[in-house]
Amino acid sequence: MATQAADTPHDPALSQQPDAVVVRFAGDSGDGMQLTGGQFTLSTALAGNDLATFPDFPAEIRAPQGTLFGVSAFQINFGSREINTAGDAPDVLVAMNPAALKTNLSALKPGGLIIADTGEFSKRNLDKAHYDANPLEDGSLAKYDLLAFDISALTIEAVKPFGLGNKDALRCKNMWTLGLALWMFDRPRKPIHDWLREKFAKKPELADANIAALDAGHAYGETAELSGPLKQVHMPAMPAEPGLYRTITGAEAVSLGLVAGAQLAGLPMFFGGYPITPASAILHHLARLKQYDVTTFQAEDEIAAICAAIGASYAGSLGVTSSSGPGIALKTEAMGLAIMTELPLVIVNSQRGGPSTGLPTKTEQSDLYQAVYGRNGDAPLPVIAARSPEDAFDCAIEACRIAVEYMTPVMLLTDGYIANAAEPWKVPDPASYAPFPAKFLTEKNDGEHLLPYKRDNKGARPWIKPGTPGLMHRIGGIEKQLNTGHLDYSPANHQAMTDARKDKVLGVSVPDQDVCLGAPGGKLAVVGWGSTFGPIHRAVHVAREKGLDVSHIHVRHIWPLPGNLGELLKSYDKVLVPEMNTGQFKTVLRDQYLVDAQPITKTSGQPFYVHELEAAIEEALA
Amino acid sequence: MNEMTKIETTLKDWETDQEVRWCPGCGDYAILKAVQRTLPQLGADPSNTVFISGIGCSSRFPYYMETYGFHTIHGRAPAVATGVKLANPDLDIWLVTGDGDGLSIGGNHMLHVLRRNVNMQIMLFNNEIYGLTKGQYSPTSRIGTRSPSTPIGSVDRPANPCAFALGAGARFVGRGFDVSKNLPDVLKAAHAHQGAAFIEIFQNCIVYNKDVFNDFAAPKGAEDRQLWLENGQPMLFAGGTQGIALDNENLCLKVVDVTDGDWEAVGVIVHDVTNRSIAHMLVELPFGPFPMALGVLYDDPRPTFESGVAEDRVKATAGKEANLAKLLSNGQTWTVAG
Repeated sequence: MATQAADTPHDPALSQQPDAVVVRFAGDSGDGMQLTGGQFTLSTALAGNDLATFPDFPAEIRAPQGTLFGVSAFQINFGSREINTAGDAPDVLVAMNPAALKTNLSALKPGGLIIADTGEFSKRNLDKAHYDANPLEDGSLAKYDLLAFDISALTIEAVKPFGLGNKDALRCKNMWTLGLALWMFDRPRKPIHDWLREKFAKKPELADANIAALDAGHAYGETAELSGPLKQVHMPAMPAEPGLYRTITGAEAVSLGLVAGAQLAGLPMFFGGYPITPASAILHHLARLKQYDVTTFQAEDEIAAICAAIGASYAGSLGVTSSSGPGIALKTEAMGLAIMTELPLVIVNSQRGGPSTGLPTKTEQSDLYQAVYGRNGDAPLPVIAARSPEDAFDCAIEACRIAVEYMTPVMLLTDGYIANAAEPWKVPDPASYAPFPAKFLTEKNDGEHLLPYKRDNKGARPWIKPGTPGLMHRIGGIEKQLNTGHLDYSPANHQAMTDARKDKVLGVSVPDQDVCLGAPGGKLAVVGWGSTFGPIHRAVHVAREKGLDVSHIHVRHIWPLPGNLGELLKSYDKVLVPEMNTGQFKTVLRDQYLVDAQPITKTSGQPFYVHELEAAIEEALA
Repeated sequence: MNEMTKIETTLKDWETDQEVRWCPGCGDYAILKAVQRTLPQLGADPSNTVFISGIGCSSRFPYYMETYGFHTIHGRAPAVATGVKLANPDLDIWLVTGDGDGLSIGGNHMLHVLRRNVNMQIMLFNNEIYGLTKGQYSPTSRIGTRSPSTPIGSVDRPANPCAFALGAGARFVGRGFDVSKNLPDVLKAAHAHQGAAFIEIFQNCIVYNKDVFNDFAAPKGAEDRQLWLENGQPMLFAGGTQGIALDNENLCLKVVDVTDGDWEAVGVIVHDVTNRSIAHMLVELPFGPFPMALGVLYDDPRPTFESGVAEDRVKATAGKEANLAKLLSNGQTWTVAG
């Protein structure tokens, strides 16, 4: 079994021009590793490679310097072929200090390249990383290629002409390292120069210093190539569909999708949010898009955020709220109100490790029960899950469509991985999406009478804006009378209204389930949802190349499920469901279809590795 | 209140066809009538009026008003109302809440709707008890209140709604009681105020906390126990024979006797609704040694939240076009040739 091959180059030697490479930048949380990774990602995208990234950082903003828990890492997998994941094992590890080496070494591929800054391997820093001896000198790294030199000193030397203090000078280290990485992969420096000039427009001396550091790192590559293990690799562009591309993170994609969705509905958008990791980025993005008829409201708490969004929907805007697991839990009662009053609402849940505060900056898919079942009473709402940053755009539009067309709250699931990860995105033409204009009732809908809960053929009640002349009526969380919406606790009415709410949601039109890789029917289906798409897809691809009868089914509509899904699952001998939780979607599938879905679970706060899933596939088919 | 076209209505136009479900004799009936009597006098338009409430006896109010109404969830009405107001600032919003809804489960939202100064009238019906859940003591119940959850009497100190409101930054604080003939005047002043107008309305729960306000609300002796404040008028009560003056030495208020109507001689304060320092003293005035301060205690408007949000929008969007296609292709892009 191939444990290392998977989604990383099959040949560890970089110089042999592999079709994909995995690089991990790791340093102290103050070292600017996320920035380095972000800019390297941009240069990779501009070079036309396909890519996937995995930013992995601590919950603390500035953890104590040099500590193991303060390490911040950014991994990128890029190649001249389709890339589905951020890669299992890095080919190159850039370790800016001992703690970064210690926490990331185990991931490195045997024979992989370590680039280390000897300037940071002081006794003090070695102690902080719990190293008894300097690993750069004691031979313990013998199975890797090691390139260790004093990046700190070289950076200080490079920026000397700009008169920076020692501290500021050392802050240019990440650009020096980026310069070296740009050389390694034969990338132009100009886009980074431009970016630095823009970033430091008000402090040109800092721009100059950072550019000098970048250039020095780049120049060092040529020197090092002559004597050491460093080789320049040219990664050809991936043949891609023609068009305009950019990189996008999940948080950006959700924000843009919501803006597009509101426009397709012809509605102003009201976004109520409360700061929480990793969902805040959506609030930040939307706060800058007010020219798109977006109002953002930072509420006093999660409950107020959703309640204000419900109020805005009631008044005729498209209400949206966003949070992560613990915040979603706080919003639960208000979701019930939106279900009862049948108002459109989009709830974005950027899932993170739980329960409780859990792992704020790490990813998990453990809010599926919460999304599908987690409310008091029979309180159904549609649930959609995005599989990747680019998919999040379409999913956000879909969530808006369902909310408006069916007068219902809709939950959109992403996760910490999707929210932060970047990937190339073929920029879509907004005109290619069919509009779904919202309709407001302007006249009484039953002769002389107004029936606020009279349903259309989709089961949706009319949307009636306060301020509309003559259509005064009352809504609320108490059980509503059929059609009139008056208070009504009577047994037959509650039965009828419970059924109506359930039928409406089950009747949401959902496209039939397709098989995204493989064939309908066969020995094994690997069924996934959300961000496990990448590793599952790659693992199934590799297994199929080996001749195994396995197919990949990726479910976007978690509730209601696609109408043909049950039959489709029954056409396979075995069904595996990998999830970053303890088996939640597996339970839903078993409940709905009585299929023997088998779970593959992982709750380490890290995405699946491709090789883990390859192993599971091979075992299932053994 | 917003600039609106005044329209002619009668009390009947504001009544719904729904059966009112409060207990017979509940103070809420009187408040309902006072509101229904006041709105025609304001020239208000039922189509443009929204009553928003939380949970509790008071919060059933919207069902009985022939306006738009939203009976939300426990404590959250201020948050829902904030969203409604931001989405459509032209709506005239009345918030209905109680001592449990507004100061216990919804205390946080009450703080923030007042602090932000969202333009609406907030009526907090204070009956010092949880009525709809059958009589538990509430955050405004006096120490020693016997209730199903405090069989030998409550031990925690009560909150003072008007002091809370003022502390939260409210720019309008008024007070009245259910059967008072002056209640419509307080409601009118609240409606005229641009911003969050907080009105505490003492309300008699005849089932679980009967006559708890009788000390000052009972008609007999009311003159001596009610201080009705009026802007620009001296703070007099007991038929003008007593007044409120400033105790300069202790920096607090004191009761003074007024002889022959010469209130100036004994330093009775002329009520200035914009005086925040005096307002702080008025809301804290202990009943017993002092009469109950009623009417408009404080009224000094500041820019509203929704006007700030609107100005922010103008600033944030100046010179920016809304071109979705351009937005999607923001940042550094590259083209793959066909």
